[in-house]
Amino acid sequence: MKYLKFFLIVIILFHLSSINAEENDKTNKITKNLRCLICQGQSVYDSDSEFANSLKIVVTKKLQEGLSEDQIYEYFKTKYGEWILYDPGLNKNTYILWLLPILIFLIGGAIIYKSFIVKK
Amino acid sequence: MKNKILPFSVIIIFGIIFLIFYKGLEESKIYTPDVNTKKEIPVFNTKEFFSGENVKSSSIFELDKVYLLNIWSSWCAPCRQEHPLLMNLNLENKLNIIGMNYKDNSKNAENFLKELGNPYKEIFIDLDGTIAIEWGAYGVPESFLIYNNEIIKKYIGPLNQELVEEINLLTK
Repeated sequence: MKYLKFFLIVIILFHLSSINAEENDKTNKITKNLRCLICQGQSVYDSDSEFANSLKIVVTKKLQEGLSEDQIYEYFKTKYGEWILYDPGLNKNTYILWLLPILIFLIGGAIIYKSFIVKK
Repeated sequence: MKNKILPFSVIIIFGIIFLIFYKGLEESKIYTPDVNTKKEIPVFNTKEFFSGENVKSSSIFELDKVYLLNIWSSWCAPCRQEHPLLMNLNLENKLNIIGMNYKDNSKNAENFLKELGNPYKEIFIDLDGTIAIEWGAYGVPESFLIYNNEIIKKYIGPLNQELVEEINLLTK
């Protein structure tokens, strides 16, 4: 009986720590995609400034409130604008950014196809 | 004819790419926050600075009144510099100045007010900086002009005489 209790406690502890670790992973993932607006070239995750530290707390709080990753990005977007996201969404300001590589890839492919494969 | 189309289109494509990057060079890379858009003030719970009692944001900001929310801290040197301007603003203007004490030690903050005076009608505490994030603030000092629960204008960094005159004009 004693062993059983001991095992139960161990299992519960492991379970709790894995929940915690999952939340930490998510906080890290989100803060890596947020730009530290008062630092130069650093993400919120990398920075130790007052601003970044507060932002990390807010992300953890929002996760605990049950908000999804996208909802958290949306929240920061309304507060600080698109610039805070490292991975911007597709909209009228960023469509060139998203479509240009695909376009270049397609045209490049067409050129290669024409000059090498068709010739053969 | 076919042989000519290929180099021609390559040149055009590179030309377009060059133009896009060239335009990108001219654009300012320095982040300029949006200071003029009207946004509703956030809803939050906090503690009053002197009494330590819980307060709701809705009881601080009333409709149909002009407020200046000032984020300050005793460890922030520019706050010390702008403090006399806030004192003047409090005397000259009908505007209600609300203080947000940002990530501060309460004793140091009280000494700061004793030394330089207290221009604030009410002060609340932001211990971990999360309320400042709710406001979309970057750090200290920062001031928000508020009317009818809407942020009319945001002043990032310390206020100066010019900005104080602007506030006087806007709140007349």
